[in-house]
Amino acid sequence: MDIKLKDLIEGKRSVILERWFDAIIETYPTDATGFLKKKQDRFANPVGHAISKGTEGILEVLVGEKELTEDLPFLNDIIKVRAIQDFTPSKAISFVFLLKTVVRETLEKEIRQNQIYDALLRFESKIDDLALFAFNIYVKCREQIYELKTDELKRMTYTLLKKANLMYEIPVPEFEIKDPNCNT
Amino acid sequence: MAKVEKVKTPKPEELSNISYHPPATDWMDTPTEFKPGTYCWGAKEKDLITLGLPNPRQWSPADEDWKVPEGWETTILDGIAERLSKYRSFKVFMDICVRCGACADKCHFYIATGDPKNMPVLRAELLRSVYKKYFTKSGKFLGRLAGARELDMDVLKEWWSYFFQCTECRRCSVFCPYGIDQAEVTIIGRELLNLVGLNIDWISGPAAACYMKGNHLGLEPHAITGNIETMCDDIEEITGIRVNPTFNRKGAEILFVTPSGDFLGEPGIYTCMGYLMLFHELGLDYTWSTYASEGGNFGFFTSNDTAKRLNYKIYAEAKRLGVKYIIGGECGHMWRVLNQYMDTWHGPADFLEVPVSPITGTRFENAKSTKMIHISEFTADLIKHNKLKLDPSRNDHLKVTYHDSCNPSRGMGLLEEPRYIIKSVCNNFYEMPENTIREKTFCCGSGSGLNASENMEQRMRGGFPRANAVRYVQEKHGVNMLANICAVDRAAFPALMDYWCPGVGVTGTTELLANALVMKGEIRRTLDIRLQDLPGKGGNE
Repeated sequence: MDIKLKDLIEGKRSVILERWFDAIIETYPTDATGFLKKKQDRFANPVGHAISKGTEGILEVLVGEKELTEDLPFLNDIIKVRAIQDFTPSKAISFVFLLKTVVRETLEKEIRQNQIYDALLRFESKIDDLALFAFNIYVKCREQIYELKTDELKRMTYTLLKKANLMYEIPVPEFEIKDPNCNT
Repeated sequence: MAKVEKVKTPKPEELSNISYHPPATDWMDTPTEFKPGTYCWGAKEKDLITLGLPNPRQWSPADEDWKVPEGWETTILDGIAERLSKYRSFKVFMDICVRCGACADKCHFYIATGDPKNMPVLRAELLRSVYKKYFTKSGKFLGRLAGARELDMDVLKEWWSYFFQCTECRRCSVFCPYGIDQAEVTIIGRELLNLVGLNIDWISGPAAACYMKGNHLGLEPHAITGNIETMCDDIEEITGIRVNPTFNRKGAEILFVTPSGDFLGEPGIYTCMGYLMLFHELGLDYTWSTYASEGGNFGFFTSNDTAKRLNYKIYAEAKRLGVKYIIGGECGHMWRVLNQYMDTWHGPADFLEVPVSPITGTRFENAKSTKMIHISEFTADLIKHNKLKLDPSRNDHLKVTYHDSCNPSRGMGLLEEPRYIIKSVCNNFYEMPENTIREKTFCCGSGSGLNASENMEQRMRGGFPRANAVRYVQEKHGVNMLANICAVDRAAFPALMDYWCPGVGVTGTTELLANALVMKGEIRRTLDIRLQDLPGKGGNE
């Protein structure tokens, strides 16, 4: 990443994170009391905690040297929460794009003065990549919700099926059969 | 032919266009939306007929018309009046709240959604506003200024939505300086809804099955005995010992009643195997009943009368069999009913004796009136008196944490016994953070009849604060097993753990005990209760 932009972002890291966090919390229109903004206790406010820890982690990766991969635990944590809340799919992952606006607004003057639009564009492309990963994670979470339903049904009926001889589990063999004709 | 309207595809900038403002409308003017995944199916006609409840018909919460009977407003208002005169607590809870907000952020549904109507104070206000309008002078004259509002169909739908988003876990009441029990407000709210036929399928179905067959799952006697026989086969494979339980045996000293979930689903059956092994090892003179085959009571989530009717069979069966007292299995709401309601409904059970452990001689004075004790009290007493031979190393592959099931912890103060058992049978036990356990325990998010499948998202939300604390100990200590003493927990937690903390299993406390229990004459154990190889014990791991 461009050194100059990196320095600028890191210089205003806490402001950017604060603004990004606030912008995300504002996607919860019903939270009129500001409960989700309270950060003192991760157990009393797990949603706020997931978002605040998650945004910190994501920003670190974005400005860091490491390559972006889908295996981003903090991205996962935020999306898991938003995937089961009252959001349409687009709104659920829109929080990623909010970072673009926040960075542009926070560093508007500095970017203009230093003429680093190219670097900004590259940084924003990285955010786009992140959004695609976010989309993958979101879909995975939603698929899991449906799997949970079927798994639960299986757990509920397992004994009955076994008892009614409707299901048979092949026992694990004690010794592996070494048959050269066998395709194992 | 009807013209098909073209769906307008939103532009990308429209999609990410987010309103940064709180709702423009006051809570009274914010209508309730019914989105799939966040509500349970409506009660079925056949089940309401079976239970003799009002207004049986086919309906769906997604429909505009809920087919409530004409004059339903009068039915509800008369229902409120009746309950105000009958239950002093209800009247006090309606009048006394000063809106201090101490309860507001204590509800797991509110914590996970930020939806103000899930604040306990506002959930109560949904009903209180109607109470004010029709039953207080200030509300009659000042109307909305005094927080009063008319009862209409939107209000009724709102009640249905939010009273079936409360799991009656009572965490909020722990923090209320006036001791307002929101669970009781929800209970009354659901009773009122039931007066016009508005229940959910997951409650009325099991309640109807229980009314006809004695248990929520509708298991007939041969299914119960058959399932337990299968468990006995598995126990024999694990221990080499044949356990021979008896059913409906007259003259037994003890009647054992457990939630029917333990007869069927995973991992409940393993807890049930634990009971069988423990009682066999003790040589306990006890019997199972295929009639009183349900400890739980989904009538409790319907109305006081329905709960009372379903509960009746427990004492009736104890009397018929001539037992001395009753032991109950691991269950949650079952214990709120047994501990706080059964004695008032059907007691005093003079035909029974105060429970005395035949092994230790301990007299359970706490159950002097109900004559029914919890399996954890019974087991903890055995361990305390050194009556069980235990090998906790068989649980060494497990790192266990304990979830205080809401009703036994807050409803009857059962906090130490399960912990004492777990610590005696496991070498690795880790507590979750202080503000998420004991009296302050977070609900599984599926209690009070909300553990259906169609509302999976709602369950994942409601259970998030609990799972969040489990995940903390999973990351910090490597916890891989969540113990509890509740059948709904055992049914609901596996899904919750899979979503939020993959890798954490779910177990009843008695299952852990059964793993560690050294039985007289047993073969060398290489398998655990789930028929899995016991690591480090010579299995094929």
